[in-house]
Amino acid sequence: MNTLLNYPVLKKLSSLHWVIAILFASTLYVTVCNLFFAEGTLLHVSDYTVSLLGKYLCYALLALAVDLVWGYCGILSLGHGAFFALGGYAMGMYLMRQIGDRGVYGNPELPDFMVFLNWTELPWYWAGSNNVLFMIVMVFVGPGLLAYLFGSLAFRSRVSGVYLSIMTQAMTYALLLSFFRNEMGFGGNNGLTDFKEIFAYSLQSPDTKLALFVATAIALAAGYAVSHFIMNSKMGRVITAIRDAEDRVRFVGYQPAHFKVWIFVVSAMLAGLAGALYVPQVGIINPGEFSPLNSIEIVIWVAVGGRGTLYGALIGAVVVSYAKTRFTAIMPEAWLFALGGLFVLSTLLLPKGLAGLLDKLLNQISPRQTETTANAEKPAAVEVK
Amino acid sequence: MIVDSKGALLSSQDLNTKHGMILYVEGVSVSFDGFKALNDLNLYIKDGELRCLIGANGAGKTTLMDVITGKTRPDKGKVNFGQQIDLLTLNESEIARAGIGRKFQKPTVFEALSVFENIELSLSGDKGIYSTLFHKLSGAQKDKIEEVLYTIGLIAERNYPAGRLSHGQKQWLEIGMLLAAEPRLLLVDEPVAGMTAQETERTAELLTSLAGKHSVVVVEHDMAFVRSIARKVTVLHEGSVLAEGSMDEIQENRAVREVYLGEEQAEL
Repeated sequence: MNTLLNYPVLKKLSSLHWVIAILFASTLYVTVCNLFFAEGTLLHVSDYTVSLLGKYLCYALLALAVDLVWGYCGILSLGHGAFFALGGYAMGMYLMRQIGDRGVYGNPELPDFMVFLNWTELPWYWAGSNNVLFMIVMVFVGPGLLAYLFGSLAFRSRVSGVYLSIMTQAMTYALLLSFFRNEMGFGGNNGLTDFKEIFAYSLQSPDTKLALFVATAIALAAGYAVSHFIMNSKMGRVITAIRDAEDRVRFVGYQPAHFKVWIFVVSAMLAGLAGALYVPQVGIINPGEFSPLNSIEIVIWVAVGGRGTLYGALIGAVVVSYAKTRFTAIMPEAWLFALGGLFVLSTLLLPKGLAGLLDKLLNQISPRQTETTANAEKPAAVEVK
Repeated sequence: MIVDSKGALLSSQDLNTKHGMILYVEGVSVSFDGFKALNDLNLYIKDGELRCLIGANGAGKTTLMDVITGKTRPDKGKVNFGQQIDLLTLNESEIARAGIGRKFQKPTVFEALSVFENIELSLSGDKGIYSTLFHKLSGAQKDKIEEVLYTIGLIAERNYPAGRLSHGQKQWLEIGMLLAAEPRLLLVDEPVAGMTAQETERTAELLTSLAGKHSVVVVEHDMAFVRSIARKVTVLHEGSVLAEGSMDEIQENRAVREVYLGEEQAEL
C-alpha cells in the first residue's frame, strides 16, 4: 500500500478522479454481477440490492447538495428535503401521465386521484407534464425557483445562522402541509404512485431498475464533477470566504447575498435531480418526503461523513443509509435513537467526520502534505514547516 | 475600479479630485436610540494624505468608518468620494469597488484559505458571479499578488492557511488585501492593537509608505504610534471634530487637553 500510494501517477490524482473511478468500478461490478451471474451463485447481486443501491446513490447526491451550502458556505439548511421532494414530484407527475388509461378508472387523461375527486380536467399546472423534456426542465426549475425566491428574501435581508435554519425548516413544513391537501392537485396524502413505465420501459422490469441505477451513478458523477469544478474555482474560494468572514467579503467588494443565492439554487437543483431519480426507483412520492425529519437526517449524513469535503458527504449518506437499512430490519423503533447517538458521537469524536478519519489513516500509511478541511480539494496549497 | 452614483464603471483615474480632496464628510449626524453617535460632523481628507483619527471611546470613530463604508446610514449629512460619487447611495460592496478599503478592528481574514488566495480574492476587477466562476489568474494579476506579498512581508508565508498566521501577520495580511483592491482611500481601524513593539514599528513603516499613493485614515489609541506616523491629526469628541492639526498643535490645544489628553499627559 505504502509504495502504491507513492506512485507519482497516483499522487497526482485528485479526489474527483478517485470518486469517479470508485463509482465507475462499483457500478460496473454491480451491473456485471446482476446480469451475468445467476441467482444463488456467490457473485450474484439481486434486483432488490440494485434498487437499494440506486436509492443510496440518490441520497449521496442529496448529501452532496447539502454539503455545498452547509459545508462550504455555512448555510445550515434544514429544509433541503423540500427541494428533493419537488424534483420527485416533477418526475412523479410525468410518470403519472404515462399510466394513461391503465389506471383503475381507465381515464386516459386524468390520473386516478383526480377522477376520484370528481375533477373533469387537468389543473393548469399539470399542463406539459406528459412531455419528457418539460419534465426534465421542471426537475431543475421547480426546486431552483423555490430556492431562488427563498434565498433572495433570506440572504438579501441578511438572515443567517439559527434563524435561517428555522426558516428552512418552516418552509419544508409548510410544503408538507399544503401537499397533504387534496385540493393542491398532487394526490394529497397518498401522493403519486402506481407508476407503470418510464420512457416506455416497464418500471417493474429488472433491466429498467438496473438502467435507473446506472443513470443515478452517472448523475452522481456529473453532480460531483460540477461541485468539484465550482469549489476549485475562484467562486469556491469566495464561498468558503463567505463562510469564514462574510463582512470581509462584503468590504472586499463582493455581494455575499448574490453568491449565497447562487450556490443555494445550484444545490437545490442537485437535490431536485436526486429526487427525480429516486421516485421511479421507489415507485412513490408522497408529502412525507417534505417531513422536517428527513431534512435533518440529510444534515446528519453530511456531519457523519465530514462536511466541507465533497467525498465526505457521499460516504456519510451511503454509510448512514446502509446502517438504517440494517438497523430498521432488526429493531425499527430504536433507529432514531441510534441516529441521534451517531450524530452525537461523530460530533464529539470525529469533528471532521469519516472523511477526516480516512485522511488521517491515509496519512499514516503514506504521509503527505496535510490537508485542511476547506483545502482538501487542492493539497498543493498547503505546506507545513 | 470605480463606480459612479448609478453604479456604472469608471476607471480609478476618473475619480475627480480636482480640489485636491478625496473625501468629503459634511454635516453628518447619526443617532442610535436617541444617543448621538455623530453630531454634525465635518471631515475633509486630501488626496494622498495620511490622517490619524483619535478620540476617547464613544467619540464616534468607528461609527464614522461605518458611515463612510456604507454599513451605517446617517440621519442627515453628505458623504462624497471625490467630486462625483455620493457614497450614501451605494452599498458596502459597491463602495469597496469604488475604491475605499477598510480594515476592521479585529483582524478579519479568510482563515481556511492560503495567504496567496486571500490576496487573490481581494484583487480589483469584476466581482460578479460568472466572472468569478470562470476566473483565470492572469500574469499581471500574479505579479500584483507578488508585489502585495512583498509589501506586507509575507512572501515566505504565501501558502500558509491564513488561520495559522500570528496576530500581527493577520493584520498585515488584511492591509495587503486592501492594497490588492487598489483603493484610493484606506480606512484602517486600530492597526497596532495587540502588536509587539517590533510589529508596531513595521506597521508604522508600512502605513507611511502607503501614503502618497493612497489616502490613508488611521484610527488609533496608541499615542506613540500616532506620533510616529501622523502628519495631521483629527480629534473627535462626542460625535464631532474637536480639533485638527499637527500632533504638536493638538497637544497645545486647550480643549483637547481638557477632554482627551488630560489623563495621558504624563505619557506625552
